[in-house]
Amino acid sequence: MESCPSVKNIILLDSEGQRVAVKYYSDDWPTNSAKEAFEKSIFTKTQKTNARTEAEIAMFENHIVVYKFVQDLHFFVTGAEDENELILATVLQGFFDSVDLLLRGTVDKKEALENLDLILLCLDEIVDGGIILETDANVIVGKVASHSIDSGAPLSEQTISQALATAREHLTRSLLK
Amino acid sequence: MAQPLVKKDDDRDDEADYSPFLGIEKGAVLQEARVFNDPQLDPRRCSQVITKLLYLLNQGETFTKVEATEVFFSVTKLFQSRDIGLRRMVYVMIKELSPSADEVIIVTSSLMKDMTSKTDMYRANAIRVLCRITDGTLLTQIERYLKQAIVDKNPVVASAALVSGIHLLQTNPEIVKRWSNEVQEAVQSRAALVQFHALALLHQIRQNDRLAVNKLVTSLTRGSVRSPLAQCLLIRYTSQVIRESANNTQTGDRPFYDFLEGCLRHKAEMVIFEAARAITELNGVTSRELTPAITVLQLFLSSSKPVLRFAAVRTLNKVAMTHPMAVTNCNIDMESLISDQNRSIATLAITTLLKTGNESSVDRLMKQITNFMSDIADEFKIVVVEAIRSLCLKFPLKHRSLMNFLSNILREEGGFEYKKAIVDSIVILIRDIPEAKESGLLHLCEFIEDCEFTYLSTQILHFLGIEGPKTSDPSKYIRYIYNRVHLENATVRAGAVSTLAKFGAMVDALKPRIFVLLRRCLFDNDDEVRDRATLYLNTLGGDGAVVETGEDVKEFLFGSLDIPLVNLENSLKNYELSEESFDIDSVPKEVKTQPLAEKKAPGKKPTGLSAPPTGPPSTVDAYERLLSSIPEFANFGKLFKSSAPVELTEAETEYAVNVVKHIFDGHVVFQFNCTNTIPEQLLENVTVIVDASEAEEFAEVATKPLRSLPYDSPGQTFVAFEKPEGVPAVGKFSNMLRFIVKEVDPSTGEAEEDGVEDEYQLEDLEVVAADYMLKVGVSNFRNAWESMGADCERVDEYGLGPRDSLAEAVNAVINLLGMQPCEGTEVVPSNSRSHTCLLSGVYIGNVKVLVRLQFGIDGPKDVAMKLAVRSEDEAVSDAIHEIVASG
Repeated sequence: MESCPSVKNIILLDSEGQRVAVKYYSDDWPTNSAKEAFEKSIFTKTQKTNARTEAEIAMFENHIVVYKFVQDLHFFVTGAEDENELILATVLQGFFDSVDLLLRGTVDKKEALENLDLILLCLDEIVDGGIILETDANVIVGKVASHSIDSGAPLSEQTISQALATAREHLTRSLLK
Repeated sequence: MAQPLVKKDDDRDDEADYSPFLGIEKGAVLQEARVFNDPQLDPRRCSQVITKLLYLLNQGETFTKVEATEVFFSVTKLFQSRDIGLRRMVYVMIKELSPSADEVIIVTSSLMKDMTSKTDMYRANAIRVLCRITDGTLLTQIERYLKQAIVDKNPVVASAALVSGIHLLQTNPEIVKRWSNEVQEAVQSRAALVQFHALALLHQIRQNDRLAVNKLVTSLTRGSVRSPLAQCLLIRYTSQVIRESANNTQTGDRPFYDFLEGCLRHKAEMVIFEAARAITELNGVTSRELTPAITVLQLFLSSSKPVLRFAAVRTLNKVAMTHPMAVTNCNIDMESLISDQNRSIATLAITTLLKTGNESSVDRLMKQITNFMSDIADEFKIVVVEAIRSLCLKFPLKHRSLMNFLSNILREEGGFEYKKAIVDSIVILIRDIPEAKESGLLHLCEFIEDCEFTYLSTQILHFLGIEGPKTSDPSKYIRYIYNRVHLENATVRAGAVSTLAKFGAMVDALKPRIFVLLRRCLFDNDDEVRDRATLYLNTLGGDGAVVETGEDVKEFLFGSLDIPLVNLENSLKNYELSEESFDIDSVPKEVKTQPLAEKKAPGKKPTGLSAPPTGPPSTVDAYERLLSSIPEFANFGKLFKSSAPVELTEAETEYAVNVVKHIFDGHVVFQFNCTNTIPEQLLENVTVIVDASEAEEFAEVATKPLRSLPYDSPGQTFVAFEKPEGVPAVGKFSNMLRFIVKEVDPSTGEAEEDGVEDEYQLEDLEVVAADYMLKVGVSNFRNAWESMGADCERVDEYGLGPRDSLAEAVNAVINLLGMQPCEGTEVVPSNSRSHTCLLSGVYIGNVKVLVRLQFGIDGPKDVAMKLAVRSEDEAVSDAIHEIVASG
């Protein structure tokens, strides 16, 4: 218990339990089949629960899993059995809100796959090797989105509008908070 | 394949299954990766290809060594591009590929350039990537930059360096430890997460220095920590300090308790919860200390957030095990959670209520649970069943309603594990609550009338055979049992035949009727059933006149098979191949090691029907092989027992030594396992000088020195003693590690020519009576006890004086004797005033020993014990008493 709070994995699945993006930080699941088995088990056991308004929580094989669903996407964050549940929930919320901001409110599987690069960068910014890097969605998005503006290369029409849109979205959301 | 991956807002009416990765294939993507080599880089195209590669990896696809190397080399070309987005993807890709050491060199210079760049994002990410893929040698080159980065004014850069430091501490502690000044500075950072990361790293650097941790906690608990995460860390460190200082300050207030209590008023929920949990886990927490923590947890119980409710109810559930009274205030909130949407929360609430409930509330609670049981999953039901079992053991008077509840749920639909949990619970209740016996047996009888699980049917039939004949009216069970012979599959029919025979053997009045039934079984269409019926008819004398059932027949029917089933299976496998006839006496009786199974279930609950004698987690085989390979010890005969390793040094000292005591009939061998933890030293000619002046019966006969002990590779040295044959001699030995130490040049790894002789004091070791006792369990203690007979029984009473608790006294005696507790009797239910503990073992000379301990506690915690020993040799029974009398 003297250890640093840590995250064992972050999992994003679709409504059939297929992977959209996953990231494992612990060796509890050494092989890909072990990972898939874990994903299948958490997916089937949480499938019927209503985790759309508030994050839900459950225990699986001595792990704490917090999860939240939106549209056809299922977000999961796993931690050790004795981890502070609220810390895991904070990580989940950070991931969930970041994705929401990055996909500009239309959060579904199609958008997520089309912007998989952003989702992967987002995962990279939330947790590093199990240690929580950042949980504030605005900061995470700031780090991820700033990269889509090219500094050296010529700016295309699309990147400008995209950048502006993200910025506008960003601003309204922080005002509405 | 070159679908642009950018967002398209206007064409949302595509078919639902559309995916940009539809039909993606590894070979094609690897081909596409050739664009990385173009002289004119197209950053967007390259980003897309990297995304595809990452997608493949994410889906579980693997690259061969060649493919990975090829991708890695082409990705490194992308450092030429100045596109930030692309660079960001390159960083992620390199981390995913985890290149080998010779490949790392290729990117090192690029990453080092980025590390000193003006762009914060480059600096932060280059640090993370480089630290992830680098090995120790490179680290010294970049150490200067990392130290700067830790105190960088950009929080992202500082965090990147600190988090990398936490990871590197595992592999290169000596380098990271040099950064503590910078880390200390970063702890004061204004950026919340920098403070969190710095605190985590600083604590890990100092975690073995108790004083430094104490100082860190003292200064920070006074100041203001900004980040909630850092505050949680501080709470964890504080409870560590409290735990470690508890021994020194017995009197007065607990240090730092005020800080923890203050955290209960923090604005972040995660901090409040962390503090509340820390308080509930304090050693010997008083109810006054608990109250404020329980109050905030109670508030969480009615939160709208499931995570918060779960966290609170889970913590309160744990508190209820030790302080049920403290939790009773929350009972009303807890009862409303029984209908919680989240079934984990509901189950935790139920089991908490079952722990805190008093005798009068049991009935009301059971009514609520009945409604709840129908709509939860089996795994939760099992938890509830176990909670009800312990409740019933706590309030035996309530056995009627609880037993009814169990039998009702037994009739409902459910999977095997669930049914097994219920049956196990009923069996335990029958065993522990005599009044519940008859009704429990009838419930089980009704259950097997309609039971789809062969395993459970046969187990229950077996149990009926043992318990049924001892009831007031054994005849009423016969019908249920004989019905099985008509209606079930062959396995159950065979089980039923054996059970009938047991009734016949025990109840003479029923014998003629049993014979009639058994004779009918002779026409069964299954071999095993017919064989059993014939066998039992013969042993019980069913052919001729009704005779008294002899003792040997009872032994045959009820005696336990004292051979481990694994050994029997192996012997039978060999027998199938051989020509010789099978001899059951040739099967070895030693319990083989069960390597993994032991670790997984520490302190497992008694398992009712199937409580097999699990052997001690010994590595006897390995030791035996090791010792017999040493010529000096080869003539010592058969190894009787090897103890668990006993540490002779404290953790974190220069040399780590532990000892394993090997007991032979006429000898004792000490095996010293030594580890050298100093990289700059090589030890040679290592011996342990054992002084046996306080162990009169022992005489040193041989030593086997360890020629060389390099850094971090454990080695063994042995010392052998002679002792009187077959006598459990005890004694105390003092030990000195003697060796020649040589300096090692860390850069070359070569040792100097000349060494210096040196000594190192080790702790004393003792050979105690328990060393002569093997932990060997029996599956059915009562049978074993009765079949052992009272010929060599010795009974006496002892006063154990004041003890902290009954459980502590029971454990002390178990440890003193070194025997195997049977049937889960080592577990003492809390608050009980008396307890019976059953032990079994094999004493030196291969004498089987059974012990029945009865404990009682009275007012001022005075524990009295009645010790009854049965063994095959009265001298041994006396010896056991001597152990207790002198211990």
